[in-house]
Amino acid sequence: MIQQLVMYEEELQQINHICENLHRDSNAKAVLVIDKNGQAIAQAGDTQQLDVTSLSSLTAGNVAATGGIAQLLAEREFSGQFHEGERTNVHISIVGARVILVVLFDDRSSLGLVRLRVKRASAELTVVLDVMVKKSALGVGQPSVFSEITDDDIDNLFND
Amino acid sequence: MSFINYSSREINCKIVYYGPGLCGKTTNLQYIYNKTNPEAKGKMISLATETERTLFFDFLPLSLGEIRGFKTRFHLYTVPGQVFYDASRKLILKGVDGVVYVGDSQMERMEANIESLDNLRSNLHEQGYDLDKLPYVVQYNKRDLPNAIQMSELEAELNPTKVPSFEAVAPKGIGVFDTLKAVAKLVLTELRKGG
Repeated sequence: MIQQLVMYEEELQQINHICENLHRDSNAKAVLVIDKNGQAIAQAGDTQQLDVTSLSSLTAGNVAATGGIAQLLAEREFSGQFHEGERTNVHISIVGARVILVVLFDDRSSLGLVRLRVKRASAELTVVLDVMVKKSALGVGQPSVFSEITDDDIDNLFND
Repeated sequence: MSFINYSSREINCKIVYYGPGLCGKTTNLQYIYNKTNPEAKGKMISLATETERTLFFDFLPLSLGEIRGFKTRFHLYTVPGQVFYDASRKLILKGVDGVVYVGDSQMERMEANIESLDNLRSNLHEQGYDLDKLPYVVQYNKRDLPNAIQMSELEAELNPTKVPSFEAVAPKGIGVFDTLKAVAKLVLTELRKGG
């Protein structure tokens, strides 16, 4: 059986809310929450111009590679990364060992402020994620939609 | 690990193309990218060296349409095939939902094929997966080359568990979509069992 991470409306709303608060409180350009496998979970701020799918995959790859370096150095993990650009800076942190919190910011904010706000947001996210993982494991509220998928449904996907 | 978003009604799955160096993993993704409608695909990302060898991974997000009101999205990844990039290959296998093993049909690549397949099995095992329990298909690429080995021999060496297998010529697209469809079907079927 494939392990699944399941996102329900309630948790997504909470995560979105945390992202929006972090975006506002840290004067950031954008905030993304990505799962460690590179799937975008939530976003806030000016994300219209961003290729969120690509950013998510590359960030997850980056975090995975950094995690690999940590292991080689007998570190548990490097919990954060910071990339400084000419116009945009990126703060990347791992939350609850499960998801990646990305904050994009410019000179309207500062690394110190972002770090401070990320700390609070991380604590809040951890609580929501714990609930989400427990629900996923128990299959709470999971409608029977997948068990009802027929071979025809699957075949129909490929009728192009 | 598939990611099911009930809020946005999306299913996200990760498929990894594995195989020895220069077997055509990236070429598979490039062909899929070139032949897919713009609205069904995202940007293809290749983290490659200056000589166009895959350094970390290629990534192609694909939307396959809806199934019972859920948008199905597949994230296709390739691994770097060269032996010394093993640490990177392990990372890319994390969270995998389905595997395509791309073998090189050429006689002189048989040893590399076998080594890569063993490497796939052991790297999956390290991550807590069992290749025999994962959605998994095999593709024999480069069937058009004069030094291609007979299919029966490839099957015997590279597909002892008799999973679905496909002959391919990736630059021409032969077998590329058949392979993708087969693994996507297996992943969705697995999801049905799990759901």
